[in-house]
Amino acid sequence: MASASHAPTPLLKDELDIVIPTIRNLDFLEMWRPFFQPYHLIIVQDGDPSKTIRVPEGFDYELYNRNDINRMLGPKASCISFKDSACRCFGYMVSKKKYIYTIDDDCFVAKDPSGKDINALEQHIKNLLSPSTPFFFNTLYDPYRVGADFVRGYPFSLREGVPTAVSHGLWLNIPDYDAPTQLVKPLERNTRYVDAILTIPKGTLFPMCGMNLAFDRELIGPAMYFGLMGDGQPIGRYDDMWAGWCTKVITDHLGLGVKTGLPYIWHSKASNPFVNLKKEYNGIFWQEELIPFFQSVSLPKEATTVQKCYLELAKQVRAKLGKVDGYFNKLADSMVTWIEAWDELNPPKGGVPTANGPPPKK
Amino acid sequence: MRPPSLLSLTLDSALLRIAHIADLSHLPDHLVIDLFRRTLSAGKLTEKVLKLFLATGCEEIILAVQLLNIKQPLVPVLPTNSEVDIVIAALQPNLTTFFEAWRPFFSRFHIIVIKDPDMTEDLQIPTGFDLKVYTKSDINGVLGASSINFSGHSCRYFGYLVSRKKYVISIDDNCLPAKDTAGSTVDVVAQHMANLKTPATPFFFNTLYDPYRKGADFVRGYPFSLREGVECMLSCGLWMHNADYDPMTHVVKRNQRNTTYVDAVMTVPLGAMLPVSGINVAFNRDVLGPAMFPGLRLRNEGKHRWDTLEDIWNGLCAKVVCDSLGYGVKTGLPYVMRSDAEAGKALESLKDWEGVKIMDDVLPFFQSLKLSRTAVTVDDCVKELAGIVREKLGPKNAIFTEAADAMVEWNNLWKAHGAQNA
Repeated sequence: MASASHAPTPLLKDELDIVIPTIRNLDFLEMWRPFFQPYHLIIVQDGDPSKTIRVPEGFDYELYNRNDINRMLGPKASCISFKDSACRCFGYMVSKKKYIYTIDDDCFVAKDPSGKDINALEQHIKNLLSPSTPFFFNTLYDPYRVGADFVRGYPFSLREGVPTAVSHGLWLNIPDYDAPTQLVKPLERNTRYVDAILTIPKGTLFPMCGMNLAFDRELIGPAMYFGLMGDGQPIGRYDDMWAGWCTKVITDHLGLGVKTGLPYIWHSKASNPFVNLKKEYNGIFWQEELIPFFQSVSLPKEATTVQKCYLELAKQVRAKLGKVDGYFNKLADSMVTWIEAWDELNPPKGGVPTANGPPPKK
Repeated sequence: MRPPSLLSLTLDSALLRIAHIADLSHLPDHLVIDLFRRTLSAGKLTEKVLKLFLATGCEEIILAVQLLNIKQPLVPVLPTNSEVDIVIAALQPNLTTFFEAWRPFFSRFHIIVIKDPDMTEDLQIPTGFDLKVYTKSDINGVLGASSINFSGHSCRYFGYLVSRKKYVISIDDNCLPAKDTAGSTVDVVAQHMANLKTPATPFFFNTLYDPYRKGADFVRGYPFSLREGVECMLSCGLWMHNADYDPMTHVVKRNQRNTTYVDAVMTVPLGAMLPVSGINVAFNRDVLGPAMFPGLRLRNEGKHRWDTLEDIWNGLCAKVVCDSLGYGVKTGLPYVMRSDAEAGKALESLKDWEGVKIMDDVLPFFQSLKLSRTAVTVDDCVKELAGIVREKLGPKNAIFTEAADAMVEWNNLWKAHGAQNA
């Protein structure tokens, strides 16, 4: 049986970093101030490093631009995308915290059906701190939510769940559609508030959107590489997709969970669909090869850490996707570079971090 | 700012009248393409206008249409009474409140009521319905001696057998219509039919849930080759108020009621198993009928839902069959309002509740199950499944051997009594 906690959700302000990629300004933080102010922000500046990004007063932050990335990673900086929000994964790498929340700078506080402001971060924390249930689908969705539980027929041996590695939130207003759909339905807005969180079953892939995403950096961080996108690359707007497919394969292998659903944020800006079409063009064709690849990937038993899994994936990307396009050889290389850079900036502490213990409560 | 060119003004003007233009084939390609782009941007691409553009034969347009995967909007047609039967298992004699409450939604359809063979009292059913009651003597009369025990909740399966419609919707007799978050009463029939008549998407999870619902679509990153979906064979609805819990949870959380209305329908992904509750279910009888059977019967199976696992077993088998044959299963809407009548009695059931042990054996079995490629019909799949159940689960518990027997018997019954269509 699921014991839902009625205790208030811990803030985790010293255990969570908020990573925000930006090229313009961070005015949107004003709206988030009541929810974000206690936390440390990691801002990754995309685009022209000579521009100054204006951060509203009162936030505790560190900011990295391309010069910083080059300085800190040296030649390994080649794995971090240029002129694409994919550069945000540099923020994951330099963070020293257990949890990451990442959000786009055109995402604002949404309201729930009762009109109340949604504290997205609090919901993500709730999602990450409660177990996932990937081995059997609970028809009442998240059984650990107050007011819900496991339904009849749910095996008792599975009711403890597994640790949650990723919490994938959704968006009201401008939905995350690809360019073709945006072109056909330019006026469609997501107005449906679906009051559920659910675990994505083991073996099922999904399109992970980086707009409103939280994860346990200690459990899955190295898998959250957002690939080679943007300037000089043949593809864009597939950074989070790539990270999501890699992450899901690895979480399935390591027995971790991925949740999707609440919380909602309000996505305000629709990007230009014709520009998007150009960026996504290759992706639309390549994903037909990528999905079968990820669906049939199998990781060896010896891959017991995220890094080992990821390096094994890189090997298979090179072997199986290299023939789709030379880009995937470059990507496989940069996946390896990413892990090297990650391990350099995050040397392993004494002892293997267990994926099974509950997170330390403050 | 430069004023718009004459050409641009002309194209804009054409856009305003696009619905009335009969032929564009005289235009040079680059103008057709420009006009197409403007049409898309303005959201004016109707089916007629699309045909107009395609008729020009312009290759770029044809490529763009393929790329954009422009699909027909799927508007579910209102279910006709020639397609749907409502099957109700009567486990209590007085069904007046039940049928009066459901009258607005059921009155158009033929209703099959199966009276629990163990019930001695007469049924009370209000008039004004196209309704047929089957009792114990009817069951014996039609089937003769059958090894399947149709008492209790299992009696509904007899209803599946005698129905002659393409779709069956079945709801427990202690459920009433629910209200959605806007306060409107949920039309359970319309929603189940929408679920069954629109495609399912089991191969990849759509984060905005059902992409065929109005106001939703496939999200970025969803492969285009998977957007056609597959036919949905089973629609699993949910319950407000008294949720479908096991007896242990009923006892420990006796005051908990389900008050969260989750406004979503979603496809249960390929390979994912789920507990299907028979309380509120609908399926394509033509195709899936042979897989909708009462197989697993608990030793102390009783009249309360928590004393049964027959629907859970049925659902697991049906899901395996659907996965194997490329059909879909959806879960979520519609909700029904399930009453409290049973809630207090769960404690009595706890003593002998073998459901705990059963499911722990059952699930690993189903998760690792792969039916052979040669099983290409639902019938074949069920036969094969029965054999594997007997072989792999039978040794663990006689209850599984009996389930395998029941599955084989159902196969025979279906051939003899269920397979003919009206």
